[in-house]
Amino acid sequence: MATPTKSSTDEFIKGLWKDNPVFVQVLGMCPVLAVSNTAMNALAMGLATAFVLVMSNIVVSSLRSFIPKQVRIATYILIIATFVTVVDYVIQAISLDLYKALGAFISLIVVNCLILGRAEAFASKNTVARSVMDGLGMGVGFAFALFCLGAVREILGNGTLFEAALFHDSFQNWVVMILPSGGFFSLAAWLLLFNWLEQRKAKKDEKATLALSEEAAQ
Amino acid sequence: MTEESLWSIFINASLVNNFVLAYFLGICPFLGVSSKLDTATRMGGAVMFVMLVSSVCAFGIQALLVAIHAPYLKLISFIAVIASTVQLVEMFIKKVSPALFRTLGIFLPLITTNCAILGLALFQTNKGYGFVQSIVYALGAGAGFTLALVLMAGLREKLELAEVPDVTKGAAMAVMLAGLLSVTFMGFGGLGG
Amino acid sequence: MSHAELASRPAPPSTWHMYRAMVGVGVFCGLLIVSVYQVTLPVIERNKAEALQEAIFHVLPNASTSTTYRLDEPNGFKVLEGESHGEQLVYAGYDANEELVGLAVEARGMGYQDVIGLIYGYSFAEEAIVGIQVLESKETPGLGDKIETDPAFLQNFERLDVSLADNLSELANPIVPVKHGEKTHPWEVDGITGATISSVAIANILDRSAQYWVPRIRNNLRDFQGGE
Repeated sequence: MATPTKSSTDEFIKGLWKDNPVFVQVLGMCPVLAVSNTAMNALAMGLATAFVLVMSNIVVSSLRSFIPKQVRIATYILIIATFVTVVDYVIQAISLDLYKALGAFISLIVVNCLILGRAEAFASKNTVARSVMDGLGMGVGFAFALFCLGAVREILGNGTLFEAALFHDSFQNWVVMILPSGGFFSLAAWLLLFNWLEQRKAKKDEKATLALSEEAAQ
Repeated sequence: MTEESLWSIFINASLVNNFVLAYFLGICPFLGVSSKLDTATRMGGAVMFVMLVSSVCAFGIQALLVAIHAPYLKLISFIAVIASTVQLVEMFIKKVSPALFRTLGIFLPLITTNCAILGLALFQTNKGYGFVQSIVYALGAGAGFTLALVLMAGLREKLELAEVPDVTKGAAMAVMLAGLLSVTFMGFGGLGG
Repeated sequence: MSHAELASRPAPPSTWHMYRAMVGVGVFCGLLIVSVYQVTLPVIERNKAEALQEAIFHVLPNASTSTTYRLDEPNGFKVLEGESHGEQLVYAGYDANEELVGLAVEARGMGYQDVIGLIYGYSFAEEAIVGIQVLESKETPGLGDKIETDPAFLQNFERLDVSLADNLSELANPIVPVKHGEKTHPWEVDGITGATISSVAIANILDRSAQYWVPRIRNNLRDFQGGE
C-alpha cells in the first residue's frame, strides 16, 4: 500500500469529521434532504445509506481483481442496486410506518453519488478491511450529518425530538422548518458553521506559522 | 388506478411538487450548472428529454415486471434500462442531428443516473399512472426542473457581482438561495386541486 | 495489487473476463435479492394486512372481523379469493354475532400538496359515514394535517349523512364543505380554519366516492349477508 502510515482508524475518523460527506464535501444530498424533516426519519435514512455503503464497499473491494476496468461502473451500479433493494424490503418488513414516511426515497439511495464515489475512488483500490473502515466512517459521518439536519428541523419545526416534547406549550413552531424550504435553510446553516470553523482554523494556522517564522528570524 | 386529470398532474409535477424545490431531487446538477443562464436552459432541455425517454422506459418495464411477477427487479432494471436507452438515444442524436447533439449532448451522460430521473420513474410507478399520464408527468417534472434551474441561474448571475461575506461563498450561498426559491414555490400549493 | 496490475497490463482483459465478471456479479446479486425477498415477503404481507385490518376496525368501531369483497359489475359483489389484481375492493365488517356492521371503502383524491388517501366506514343502519382515517397524506404539517388530528373536524365523521335519494342511484344530499361553525345539516362537513383546502378536499373525496359506492352497495346488500 502506498500509505502504510495511515491506520484504518484514520480512515474511519476522516469520514466522520474532516471529510464529512455532507458538510464538507456537500455530496449525496439529493435523495436525503427530502426525508430529513424529523430526527427519526433522518436517522433511519442515514443508517440505510450507511449500510448500503459498507456492504457495497465490502463486495467491490473483495471483487476488485475479478472485475475488469471496462465494465466496472456497470457492475458497481448492479451491486449497489442490489443492496438498496435489500434495504428496501428489510425496512418494509421492520416498520410499515417508517417505510411510508421514507417512500420512494429509499430506492433513490442507489443514485447517491457518495456510494458510487466511494466504490470507485476507494474500495476498488484498497483491501477489504480498509474499505470497511472507510465505508463505516463515511456512512456514520453521513448518518450523523443527516441526524443533525433532522434534529434541527424537528426541534424548531415541531418543538419535539424523537417525538418527545421539548418546550413549553407557548413555543410557537416554526412550521417552515418542516417544509422543504426548511431543509435547505438548515443545510445552509450547517454549511455556514463548517465554513466558519474552517476559516477560523486557517487563520489560526496562519498566525502560528507567522509567529514561528518571526521566532526563527530573531 | 388514479383519475387525476392531465392538467392537474402537470401543474403538480412542475409547480406544487417541484422536483428540485420540494423533493430535493437533482440537486447536484442544480447546484453544478446553475451559474450561467445559457447553460441552465440547455441543461433543462436535456433533462426534460431524458425524463421523457425514461418515463416511457419505466412504463414498459413496470408492465413487463408485473406480467412476469418479479417486482423485486424493479430498481435494477430501471437503472440498467434507463441508462442504456439514454446512451442509445445519445448515439442516435449524434448521428442524425449534430447540432442538437452539441446543444444537449454533453449533458446527457451527466444526468442519466441523476436522482431526478430515477425519482421520476419510481414516482410514476408508485402513483400507478397510465401511459399518457406518465408522459404528462415527465413533461411537467422536466418543465419544473428547467424553471427552477433558470430562476436559480438568473439569481446567481446577479449575485456574482455582489459583495458577500467570505463564509457564505460557494455551496452555502447556493443552498440558501434554493431555500428562498422553495419558499416562493410553496405559494403554488393547492393549485392542483 | 501492483503485482497483479503489472501481470494483467500486457494482455488487456478478454471478452471472457468481462462476461465472467458481469454474469458472476449478476448471479450473486440475483440470488441475494430473491432470497431477501422470499424471507421478508411473508412479514411484509402480514404487516400490511394488520395495518389494513386496524384501519377497518378504526372506521367501523363495532366490527370484529372483516371480509374483502370485489366489485363484479353488473352482478354485485363477490368475496375476493387470492390476490387482488387491480379490482375495486370494499371491506365488509361483521360484529361478534357475525351480523353485518358496515363497509369500509378506500378513497383517494387531490389535497393541498399531494394525493390524500383515506378509508371510511359506511354504516347500513345509520345510512351514514361513521368514521374516517387518513392513510396517506403529505399535507402541510401544523396546518393541513389537522385533517387527521383536529377533534372538531373529526367529529363531522361520527355521523355524516349519506342516505340515498328515492331513485336509489344518487345521494339524497351531496356531501358539501361549509365554513367552520356554519354546519347545520348532517351531510355538511364543517371545515377547518387555516386548512381550508385540505378540509374541502376531504369533503370532495368523500362525496365523489360515496356517490359511486353507496348506491352500488345499497342495491347489492344481499351479497354481504352471507357472512363469513
